[in-house]
Amino acid sequence: MARRGGAPEVNAGSMADIAFLLLIFFLVTTTIETDAGLDRKLPPIEPPENPPIIKQKNIFTVVVNKNNQLLVEDELMQLEDLKAAAVEFLDNGGGTGEKGEPCDYCKGAKNPESSDHPSKAIISLQNDRLTEYGTYIAVQNELVGAYNELRNREAQRIFGTDFTAMNNLYLDPKTSDDVKDELKPKIERIQKMYPQKLSEAEPKTN
Amino acid sequence: MAKFTKKKDGDLPAVSTASLPDIVFMLLFFFMTVTVMKDSSLMIKNELPYADQTQKLDKKDRVIYIYAGKPSPRYQGKFGTAAKIQLNDKFADVSEVANYVLAERASKREELQNVLTTALKVDNETNMGLVSDIKQELRKVNALKINYTTRSGKASQNLQ
Repeated sequence: MARRGGAPEVNAGSMADIAFLLLIFFLVTTTIETDAGLDRKLPPIEPPENPPIIKQKNIFTVVVNKNNQLLVEDELMQLEDLKAAAVEFLDNGGGTGEKGEPCDYCKGAKNPESSDHPSKAIISLQNDRLTEYGTYIAVQNELVGAYNELRNREAQRIFGTDFTAMNNLYLDPKTSDDVKDELKPKIERIQKMYPQKLSEAEPKTN
Repeated sequence: MAKFTKKKDGDLPAVSTASLPDIVFMLLFFFMTVTVMKDSSLMIKNELPYADQTQKLDKKDRVIYIYAGKPSPRYQGKFGTAAKIQLNDKFADVSEVANYVLAERASKREELQNVLTTALKVDNETNMGLVSDIKQELRKVNALKINYTTRSGKASQNLQ
């Protein structure tokens, strides 16, 4: 017959295997990575016109020197203890009733020598130009951790969920607008209870 | 009759797999087009510090990246070992950061221009002096929302 004389057809059965191989390669190498990090807000370059007067007891000074040592309120401290110290300071709530600022949700020691109210407590972080970036981030991480711990505690008490979980859901671009609208007042309420007042001073030049 | 017996003895016809390659190729092309290869090759050592109190970064089109760190070994002969800033594909001076951020901001869509974040991908061992200089430049151009990009892990790992 005439048909038999034609060129034999190439067997395409293994094409699928080859394509699968390539597919699996791309599946494995694709990294849909999302970066994560510590969000911070820099202060605007123009100083405010009337800088408010801040009482010394409302400032929690953290200094990282060029040897990556940590000086908290003029005392040498290890990184592991920083978070607890920051929580103690923020949650102190030592304000007395005279100006109407006792902190009714604080669980701190109410030490009159420490901060009056979480909304007044400021953490000031200073570093040297020779401080290592890794150390600086570790310190920042602990301080943010202190805020998160307090916020989580209040969020658990009021709403029964963690603040960090709510915030992550809120920032997730996949979350629908309804959910976001519902979360926003909750998040703002917690943020108002423990506002993140973390000042990053410009480094001292020796 | 032969005609009828033939029909009977054939069991279930095999499902044709002839279109399988097409389906697989379709998937393959999808992944090939979606895969984003690293857009700028790093010329610096970029071991990010660890942190665990992190927040996820926004969508990629809302982020401006600034890298900093020591030049990697193959560039050290030319650029030395002092930490440098990398913007896009080349080393840059601190004074160029402001212009870079402005140019990047101008290239984004208008509705995104106010929500941009600047991600600082800085190597663990860099001195804070350089980072502070970058921060100072960012303040000058009012790019105040920043993110110190980190790897997830215990912060105490940074100290070793």
